[in-house]
Amino acid sequence: MSESAPSTEDTRRLAQEARARVRFEEEALELSDQVYRVARRLVGTREEAEDLVKQTYERAFRAWRQFTPGTNLRAWLLRILTNLNIDRGRRQQRTPQTTSLDTEAGDYFLYNKLESQVPEENPDEERVLERLSQDSVVEALADVPHNFRDVVVLVDIGEFSYADAAQILDVPIGTVMSRLHRGRRILKKNLADSAVVT
Amino acid sequence: MQPYLDGSLSDAEVAEAQKHLELCSWCAKRYHFEERLRRYVRVAVSEPMSPELKTKLAALRTPLT
Repeated sequence: MSESAPSTEDTRRLAQEARARVRFEEEALELSDQVYRVARRLVGTREEAEDLVKQTYERAFRAWRQFTPGTNLRAWLLRILTNLNIDRGRRQQRTPQTTSLDTEAGDYFLYNKLESQVPEENPDEERVLERLSQDSVVEALADVPHNFRDVVVLVDIGEFSYADAAQILDVPIGTVMSRLHRGRRILKKNLADSAVVT
Repeated sequence: MQPYLDGSLSDAEVAEAQKHLELCSWCAKRYHFEERLRRYVRVAVSEPMSPELKTKLAALRTPLT
Protein backbone atom coordinates (compact mmCIF):
# COMPACT_ATOMS: atom_id res chain seq x y z
CA MET A 1 0.00 0.00 0.00
CA SER A 2 2.64 2.48 -0.99
CA GLU A 3 0.53 4.60 -3.29
CA SER A 4 -1.84 6.98 -1.61
CA ALA A 5 -3.78 8.55 -4.48
CA PRO A 6 -5.10 6.42 -7.32
CA SER A 7 -3.71 7.24 -10.74
CA THR A 8 -5.93 8.63 -13.48
CA GLU A 9 -5.58 5.28 -15.19
CA ASP A 10 -6.96 3.48 -12.14
CA THR A 11 -9.80 5.91 -11.78
CA ARG A 12 -10.76 5.46 -15.39
CA ARG A 13 -10.59 1.70 -15.11
CA LEU A 14 -12.76 1.72 -12.01
CA ALA A 15 -15.31 3.97 -13.65
CA GLN A 16 -15.39 1.69 -16.67
CA GLU A 17 -15.92 -1.34 -14.50
CA ALA A 18 -18.68 0.38 -12.55
CA ARG A 19 -20.47 1.17 -15.80
CA ALA A 20 -20.11 -2.40 -17.03
CA ARG A 21 -21.49 -3.65 -13.76
CA VAL A 22 -24.51 -1.35 -13.86
CA ARG A 23 -25.20 -2.42 -17.43
CA PHE A 24 -24.94 -6.09 -16.45
CA GLU A 25 -27.30 -5.69 -13.53
CA GLU A 26 -29.86 -3.78 -15.57
CA GLU A 27 -29.79 -6.35 -18.36
CA ALA A 28 -30.13 -9.20 -15.89
CA LEU A 29 -33.07 -7.51 -14.17
CA GLU A 30 -34.84 -6.99 -17.48
CA LEU A 31 -34.84 -10.77 -17.86
CA SER A 32 -36.25 -11.44 -14.40
CA ASP A 33 -39.83 -12.02 -15.57
CA GLN A 34 -38.67 -14.69 -17.99
CA VAL A 35 -36.35 -16.24 -15.42
CA TYR A 36 -39.17 -16.37 -12.89
CA ARG A 37 -41.60 -17.92 -15.35
CA VAL A 38 -39.21 -20.82 -15.92
CA ALA A 39 -38.26 -21.10 -12.24
CA ARG A 40 -41.89 -21.26 -11.20
CA ARG A 41 -42.39 -24.44 -13.22
CA LEU A 42 -39.13 -26.05 -12.16
CA VAL A 43 -40.14 -26.10 -8.51
CA GLY A 44 -43.33 -26.96 -6.68
CA THR A 45 -44.37 -23.75 -4.97
CA ARG A 46 -44.37 -20.01 -5.58
CA GLU A 47 -42.32 -19.42 -2.43
CA GLU A 48 -39.61 -21.79 -3.60
CA ALA A 49 -39.53 -20.15 -7.01
CA GLU A 50 -39.22 -16.69 -5.47
CA ASP A 51 -36.41 -17.85 -3.15
CA LEU A 52 -34.62 -19.49 -6.03
CA VAL A 53 -34.85 -16.43 -8.28
CA LYS A 54 -33.66 -14.15 -5.47
CA GLN A 55 -30.69 -16.43 -4.74
CA THR A 56 -29.93 -16.60 -8.44
CA TYR A 57 -29.72 -12.82 -8.73
CA GLU A 58 -27.62 -12.58 -5.56
CA ARG A 59 -25.16 -15.06 -6.98
CA ALA A 60 -25.25 -13.55 -10.48
CA PHE A 61 -24.54 -10.06 -9.16
CA ARG A 62 -21.60 -11.43 -7.14
CA ALA A 63 -20.23 -13.44 -10.06
CA TRP A 64 -21.01 -10.92 -12.81
CA ARG A 65 -17.39 -10.82 -14.02
CA GLN A 66 -17.67 -14.49 -15.03
CA PHE A 67 -20.33 -13.65 -17.60
CA THR A 68 -18.97 -13.25 -21.13
CA PRO A 69 -20.62 -10.19 -22.70
CA GLY A 70 -22.34 -11.00 -25.96
CA THR A 71 -23.31 -14.51 -24.88
CA ASN A 72 -26.79 -15.56 -23.78
CA LEU A 73 -27.40 -13.89 -20.42
CA ARG A 74 -30.77 -15.56 -19.92
CA ALA A 75 -29.18 -19.00 -20.33
CA TRP A 76 -26.37 -17.97 -17.97
CA LEU A 77 -28.89 -16.96 -15.30
CA LEU A 78 -30.84 -20.17 -15.76
CA ARG A 79 -27.64 -22.16 -15.40
CA ILE A 80 -27.07 -20.56 -12.00
CA LEU A 81 -30.68 -21.15 -11.06
CA THR A 82 -30.58 -24.79 -12.08
CA ASN A 83 -27.41 -25.40 -10.09
CA LEU A 84 -28.93 -23.73 -7.04
CA ASN A 85 -32.00 -25.86 -7.46
CA ILE A 86 -29.87 -29.01 -7.53
CA ASP A 87 -27.97 -27.79 -4.45
CA ARG A 88 -31.24 -27.41 -2.63
CA GLY A 89 -31.70 -31.10 -3.25
CA ARG A 90 -35.07 -30.38 -4.76
CA ARG A 91 -36.56 -30.38 -1.30
CA GLN A 92 -40.33 -30.25 -0.98
CA GLN A 93 -40.68 -31.00 -4.63
CA ARG A 94 -43.12 -33.41 -5.97
CA THR A 95 -41.36 -36.54 -7.00
CA PRO A 96 -44.10 -38.59 -8.55
CA GLN A 97 -43.60 -42.15 -9.63
CA THR A 98 -42.34 -42.41 -13.16
CA THR A 99 -45.41 -42.76 -15.28
CA SER A 100 -45.42 -46.00 -17.17
CA LEU A 101 -46.21 -45.33 -20.77
CA ASP A 102 -47.65 -47.47 -23.42
CA THR A 103 -45.09 -46.52 -26.02
CA GLU A 104 -47.37 -47.45 -28.88
CA ALA A 105 -50.13 -45.13 -27.73
CA GLY A 106 -47.43 -42.53 -27.14
CA ASP A 107 -47.46 -39.33 -29.08
CA TYR A 108 -50.89 -39.47 -30.62
CA PHE A 109 -52.63 -40.26 -27.40
CA LEU A 110 -53.81 -36.77 -26.52
CA TYR A 111 -54.47 -35.88 -30.11
CA ASN A 112 -56.62 -38.93 -30.64
CA LYS A 113 -58.43 -38.58 -27.38
CA LEU A 114 -59.30 -34.93 -27.90
CA GLU A 115 -59.81 -35.22 -31.61
CA SER A 116 -62.22 -38.11 -31.22
CA GLN A 117 -64.56 -35.86 -29.30
CA VAL A 118 -64.82 -33.35 -32.10
CA PRO A 119 -67.14 -33.66 -35.05
CA GLU A 120 -65.28 -34.63 -38.20
CA GLU A 121 -66.66 -31.67 -40.13
CA ASN A 122 -65.00 -28.35 -39.40
CA PRO A 123 -63.46 -29.28 -36.05
CA ASP A 124 -63.06 -26.29 -33.81
CA GLU A 125 -59.66 -27.22 -32.48
CA GLU A 126 -59.22 -24.13 -30.34
CA ARG A 127 -62.22 -25.32 -28.38
CA VAL A 128 -60.68 -28.75 -28.08
CA LEU A 129 -57.73 -27.30 -26.25
CA GLU A 130 -59.96 -25.17 -24.09
CA ARG A 131 -61.32 -28.35 -22.59
CA LEU A 132 -58.10 -28.37 -20.63
CA SER A 133 -58.40 -25.97 -17.72
CA GLN A 134 -55.40 -23.87 -16.78
CA ASP A 135 -55.09 -25.69 -13.46
CA SER A 136 -55.12 -29.07 -15.12
CA VAL A 137 -52.28 -28.01 -17.43
CA VAL A 138 -50.22 -26.78 -14.46
CA GLU A 139 -50.96 -30.03 -12.66
CA ALA A 140 -50.14 -32.18 -15.68
CA LEU A 141 -46.76 -30.46 -16.06
CA ALA A 142 -45.96 -30.68 -12.35
CA ASP A 143 -46.61 -34.42 -12.48
CA VAL A 144 -43.93 -35.00 -15.10
CA PRO A 145 -40.88 -36.51 -13.31
CA HIS A 146 -38.33 -33.74 -12.77
CA ASN A 147 -35.58 -34.94 -15.12
CA PHE A 148 -38.00 -34.81 -18.02
CA ARG A 149 -39.89 -31.79 -16.76
CA ASP A 150 -36.75 -29.64 -16.52
CA VAL A 151 -36.11 -30.08 -20.23
CA VAL A 152 -39.74 -29.55 -21.21
CA VAL A 153 -39.86 -26.38 -19.09
CA LEU A 154 -36.65 -24.99 -20.61
CA VAL A 155 -37.55 -25.74 -24.22
CA ASP A 156 -41.35 -25.39 -24.27
CA ILE A 157 -41.87 -22.72 -21.62
CA GLY A 158 -38.51 -20.94 -21.67
CA GLU A 159 -38.15 -21.37 -25.43
CA PHE A 160 -34.49 -22.27 -25.13
CA SER A 161 -32.72 -24.07 -27.96
CA TYR A 162 -31.59 -27.67 -27.47
CA ALA A 163 -28.01 -26.39 -27.21
CA ASP A 164 -28.87 -23.84 -24.52
CA ALA A 165 -30.89 -26.39 -22.56
CA ALA A 166 -27.96 -28.81 -22.77
CA GLN A 167 -25.61 -26.17 -21.41
CA ILE A 168 -27.97 -25.09 -18.66
CA LEU A 169 -28.50 -28.65 -17.46
CA ASP A 170 -24.91 -29.72 -18.20
CA VAL A 171 -26.00 -32.75 -20.23
CA PRO A 172 -25.34 -33.71 -23.88
CA ILE A 173 -27.75 -32.46 -26.55
CA GLY A 174 -28.80 -36.04 -27.27
CA THR A 175 -29.95 -36.34 -23.67
CA VAL A 176 -31.94 -33.11 -24.00
CA MET A 177 -33.67 -34.47 -27.09
CA SER A 178 -34.53 -37.85 -25.62
CA ARG A 179 -35.73 -36.37 -22.33
CA LEU A 180 -37.74 -33.78 -24.20
CA HIS A 181 -39.38 -36.43 -26.32
CA ARG A 182 -40.26 -38.55 -23.33
CA GLY A 183 -41.22 -35.57 -21.16
CA ARG A 184 -43.64 -34.27 -23.77
CA ARG A 185 -45.20 -37.70 -24.09
CA ILE A 186 -45.74 -37.95 -20.35
CA LEU A 187 -47.16 -34.42 -20.35
CA LYS A 188 -49.58 -35.32 -23.12
CA LYS A 189 -50.58 -38.49 -21.35
CA ASN A 190 -51.25 -36.47 -18.18
CA LEU A 191 -53.22 -33.89 -20.16
CA ALA A 192 -55.25 -36.58 -21.86
CA ASP A 193 -56.01 -38.12 -18.47
CA SER A 194 -57.35 -34.83 -17.19
CA ALA A 195 -59.11 -33.72 -20.37
CA VAL A 196 -62.83 -33.50 -19.73
CA VAL A 197 -64.59 -36.35 -21.40
CA THR A 198 -68.11 -35.54 -22.36
CA MET B 1 -42.12 -33.13 -36.32
CA GLN B 2 -40.81 -32.10 -32.88
CA PRO B 3 -37.42 -30.83 -34.12
CA TYR B 4 -39.28 -28.91 -36.83
CA LEU B 5 -41.50 -27.25 -34.21
CA ASP B 6 -38.46 -26.54 -32.07
CA GLY B 7 -36.73 -24.78 -34.93
CA SER B 8 -33.74 -27.10 -34.71
CA LEU B 9 -33.66 -28.39 -38.28
CA SER B 10 -31.28 -27.28 -41.02
CA ASP B 11 -32.64 -25.13 -43.88
CA ALA B 12 -32.74 -28.15 -46.18
CA GLU B 13 -34.61 -30.22 -43.61
CA VAL B 14 -37.07 -27.38 -43.01
CA ALA B 15 -37.75 -27.18 -46.74
CA GLU B 16 -38.33 -30.91 -46.87
CA ALA B 17 -40.68 -30.81 -43.88
CA GLN B 18 -42.64 -27.90 -45.36
CA LYS B 19 -43.02 -29.72 -48.65
CA HIS B 20 -44.32 -32.76 -46.82
CA LEU B 21 -46.78 -30.71 -44.75
CA GLU B 22 -48.21 -29.20 -47.93
CA LEU B 23 -48.86 -32.64 -49.36
CA CYS B 24 -49.88 -34.62 -46.31
CA SER B 25 -53.05 -33.40 -44.65
CA TRP B 26 -52.68 -35.87 -41.76
CA CYS B 27 -49.28 -34.43 -40.78
CA ALA B 28 -50.45 -30.88 -41.44
CA LYS B 29 -53.36 -31.35 -39.08
CA ARG B 30 -51.09 -32.89 -36.45
CA TYR B 31 -48.59 -30.10 -36.89
CA HIS B 32 -51.19 -27.41 -36.29
CA PHE B 33 -52.50 -29.26 -33.28
CA GLU B 34 -49.00 -29.62 -31.79
CA GLU B 35 -48.25 -25.99 -32.41
CA ARG B 36 -51.43 -24.83 -30.75
CA LEU B 37 -51.02 -27.26 -27.85
CA ARG B 38 -47.55 -26.01 -27.15
CA ARG B 39 -48.66 -22.39 -27.19
CA TYR B 40 -51.63 -23.27 -25.01
CA VAL B 41 -49.43 -25.00 -22.43
CA ARG B 42 -46.97 -22.13 -22.41
CA VAL B 43 -49.67 -19.56 -21.77
CA ALA B 44 -51.55 -21.73 -19.26
CA VAL B 45 -48.55 -22.30 -17.01
CA SER B 46 -47.20 -18.74 -17.19
CA GLU B 47 -47.42 -17.08 -13.85
CA PRO B 48 -46.25 -13.49 -13.56
CA MET B 49 -43.69 -12.54 -10.96
CA SER B 50 -45.02 -10.69 -7.93
CA PRO B 51 -44.23 -6.95 -7.70
CA GLU B 52 -42.70 -7.66 -4.27
CA LEU B 53 -40.11 -9.98 -5.77
CA LYS B 54 -39.38 -7.44 -8.47
CA THR B 55 -38.71 -4.84 -5.79
CA LYS B 56 -36.48 -7.26 -3.88
CA LEU B 57 -34.46 -8.02 -6.98
CA ALA B 58 -34.05 -4.36 -7.84
CA ALA B 59 -32.76 -3.79 -4.30
CA LEU B 60 -29.92 -6.26 -4.94
CA ARG B 61 -28.31 -3.87 -7.40
CA THR B 62 -24.99 -2.36 -6.43
CA PRO B 63 -25.70 1.13 -5.06
CA LEU B 64 -24.45 3.90 -7.30
CA THR B 65 -21.84 5.88 -5.44
